[in-house]
Amino acid sequence: MKKILLMGNQNVGKSAFFFRLTGISVIISNYPGTTVEFKQGKTKLNKEVVEIIDVPGTYTLKPTSKAEDVAVKMLKEGDMVINVVDATNLERNLYLTLQLLERGIPVIVALNFWDETQHKGINIDVKKLEKELKVPIVPTVAITGEGIKELVSKLKEAKPHSYKYSDKEIWNKIGNIVKKTQKIKQREHTFLERLEDLSIKPITGIPIALLILFFTFWIVRIIGENLIAYIFEPLFELYLPIATSLSNILAPGFIHDVLIGTLIEGEIDYVQSMGLLTTGLFVPFAMVLPYVFAFYLALGFLEDSGYLPRLATLVDNLMHELGMHGLAIIPMFLGLGCNVPGALSTRILETKRQRFIAATLMAIAVPCMAQIAMVFGLLGRYGVRGLGTLFATLFIVWLVLGFFLNKVMKGITPETFMEIPPYRIPYLKGLAKKLWMRVRSFLREAIPFVLLGVLFINILYALGIIGFISKITAPVVVGILGLPKEAVASLVIGFLRKDVAVGMLLPLGLNMKQLVIASAVLTMYFPCVATFVVLFKELGVKAMIKSTIIMVILTLLVGGILNLIL
Amino acid sequence: MEIPLINLQIGKKAKIKRLEGGFIFQRKLASLNVRIGKTIRMVTTQLLRGPVVIEVDDRRVTLGRGIAVRIFVEEEK
Repeated sequence: MKKILLMGNQNVGKSAFFFRLTGISVIISNYPGTTVEFKQGKTKLNKEVVEIIDVPGTYTLKPTSKAEDVAVKMLKEGDMVINVVDATNLERNLYLTLQLLERGIPVIVALNFWDETQHKGINIDVKKLEKELKVPIVPTVAITGEGIKELVSKLKEAKPHSYKYSDKEIWNKIGNIVKKTQKIKQREHTFLERLEDLSIKPITGIPIALLILFFTFWIVRIIGENLIAYIFEPLFELYLPIATSLSNILAPGFIHDVLIGTLIEGEIDYVQSMGLLTTGLFVPFAMVLPYVFAFYLALGFLEDSGYLPRLATLVDNLMHELGMHGLAIIPMFLGLGCNVPGALSTRILETKRQRFIAATLMAIAVPCMAQIAMVFGLLGRYGVRGLGTLFATLFIVWLVLGFFLNKVMKGITPETFMEIPPYRIPYLKGLAKKLWMRVRSFLREAIPFVLLGVLFINILYALGIIGFISKITAPVVVGILGLPKEAVASLVIGFLRKDVAVGMLLPLGLNMKQLVIASAVLTMYFPCVATFVVLFKELGVKAMIKSTIIMVILTLLVGGILNLIL
Repeated sequence: MEIPLINLQIGKKAKIKRLEGGFIFQRKLASLNVRIGKTIRMVTTQLLRGPVVIEVDDRRVTLGRGIAVRIFVEEEK
């Protein structure tokens, strides 16, 4: 089977091509490094089944980093390259194009973001460029699908070449080609372009950043609360009579306990009953899903507008103090949604040391949206006093731990060198698709685990295992953390799902101080099993053991301190 | 007169004259079109010795100070 490689600089739209060609959904954003692993998919093009490979962005085939090394290796296995070129940045993109041509592999060039060239006053003579490069060239707008058909129909015409240039010659050659084929009209700067400078100069950029962050979290809360109040809770009201009659049919006993759970004052309580068909459904759908939806909606806008690399630049200095690049805010943001994609995205950081620090900080101090949603439910009534204390604690832990790791770990953080993409108005259809993909993956991965968690609790209680564990852990849980010994059940379930674990705190009648401590401990002590598996794969055994030791020590330390000072 | 990029005033344009570093360094910079002969504009520097942001061919690029002190430019009048 023929292998077609999608290659190009970072953030030129390769993943959009991948989706257009294969129909396989992938996450597309407006920052360099969204695709951190190879994605491949089979598709039928021109009556022939081919394999399409989405290669992470690369600027050169003379590798300067490990990621680019891998891209070069891929090239040896490919039969043909679709070279995706950012038409608004021709000169730089042609550097890779000419190097691809040097390899003697058939190449076809897609001039992507063709729509933007017009706003920018850029005029590229496609026919002339074809003559210069001697390969087929097709203008495209991959995100909307424009030009894809023509590209596919011209695939056969892709041809190999074998130029050989030295570094200096290659840039001269590119300079000549650009001079002959591209004209740029001088024009007024648009509003978005003026915003580019304003949002990156510290004096205006920092207030803008604070406003955007505040607004983002405010809107997540508003949307989440309203979805719960007006959609999900009413739906569960309608379901209550069904669940109640089921509860009446089932005789009291183990089956009733597992499916419906314990009745609170003779009635089903969605949060406290802990049955598969009550709490097991209510927690993921009516408490967590609304916030997950709202968060990913807001995140999509942040990602697709191109704002995140600007924020990364503004905080780069601070992040260097913590042993990372500014771009490490991306794993942190993704981690707020779910720690699993957060852990995967640490790959955008180039050294092992940075990846270790970023992954450890995220796993310890960044709670996922499922957990945050439950904490909102639990601590929300105490307002800023409760929520503020918890999030301030986690933020301080994040800062202090990062600072500490940067001091004690050998090695340095390499200098920042990154491109800031232009602002783009998010393409709504793409945004909706990405939101749906993320919500679907939440539903697929979370719901089985929530149900499993609820089932586990019932079994562990029935077998008396929880009672046994709480007895032996009592000195730590009661003595150091100041929690009732029953709270240990929640910590046990926290290995499986943090949202269910937070929910289990409710029947314990904890006061605000205990709720803050328990929520902090649940965030920090260990990642959920899904995150653990990914971290294990990404970091390796040794680093994971180190990371785990840090987690345990820090949890006891922070929990103990909170118990003393609150 | 050649000055390190870090000393270029905000808003000023300059031509890159010299890169102080080996082959890999030069190639890394070239990947984002920061190379000898290019005209750049200083967009801003971040607070407290943070990175600098320059504009090359209508694109903004963030680079750490350690890199910016090794790029020598001549201001355009």
